[in-house]
Amino acid sequence: MNDIPTGAVVCAELAFTSIESAARLQELRQRAMGYGALVSFEGVVRPVTKQGEPLDRLILDHHPRMTVSSLERIAREGAARFDICALSVVHRAGAMAPGEIIVLVAVASDHRRAAFQCADYLMDRLKTEAVFWKREQGPFGERWIEPTQRDTEDRERWNEEKTGH
Amino acid sequence: MARILYFGKLSSIFGEMSETADLPASISDTAALRTWIDQTRGFDGVLLHPSVRIAVNNEIVPDPSPVSDTDEIAFMPPVGGG
Repeated sequence: MNDIPTGAVVCAELAFTSIESAARLQELRQRAMGYGALVSFEGVVRPVTKQGEPLDRLILDHHPRMTVSSLERIAREGAARFDICALSVVHRAGAMAPGEIIVLVAVASDHRRAAFQCADYLMDRLKTEAVFWKREQGPFGERWIEPTQRDTEDRERWNEEKTGH
Repeated sequence: MARILYFGKLSSIFGEMSETADLPASISDTAALRTWIDQTRGFDGVLLHPSVRIAVNNEIVPDPSPVSDTDEIAFMPPVGGG
């Protein structure tokens, strides 16, 4: 993978309490120098499962060290691949209720295309490679959520596409 | 004593997220460890599936890689989803 040094300001963090988007975006604005575009994405806990049942809680288990390393690696490689000024990845661990933010990705760049593409790339990598194991709880009890073929296919798009600038 | 970590559905099967274990002298690599843990902890073949990766001291390693009694060894089913 691309691991060349990048001039972009990169932040990757594992959060154990609610992600405050507005404050995180403000931090990114202050760190990014001379940007012209900022794209942000929030992944949010849905109120129902894929099977259509009501969801009480989503729980993300993590590895005490490898999870943070995976977030840092993905963030660094996103910054190296696209022409961006700064990016921020914040991912929750632990128990969450519907409506809570699971992940926040924000990218500041000179022009919009790189920011959109970098945010898309980061999410595809996070969904398939960030070290988390997810389970859902509700009236049905508890079940583990398995990785999906769709997520793998989304991730593989980036093996062929060229870097956007 | 080696520290063994179980993640995802493996923690549900084992009933705990971790344990400390005295590795028998015959267990010196990840392939042998995989089989031994699978048989002695009631995993019933689940640990033998190639999608379950092993990390030794925070690094994913291929089978067979050396393990010793001082290592932290994590059994990791596929990540992600949802």
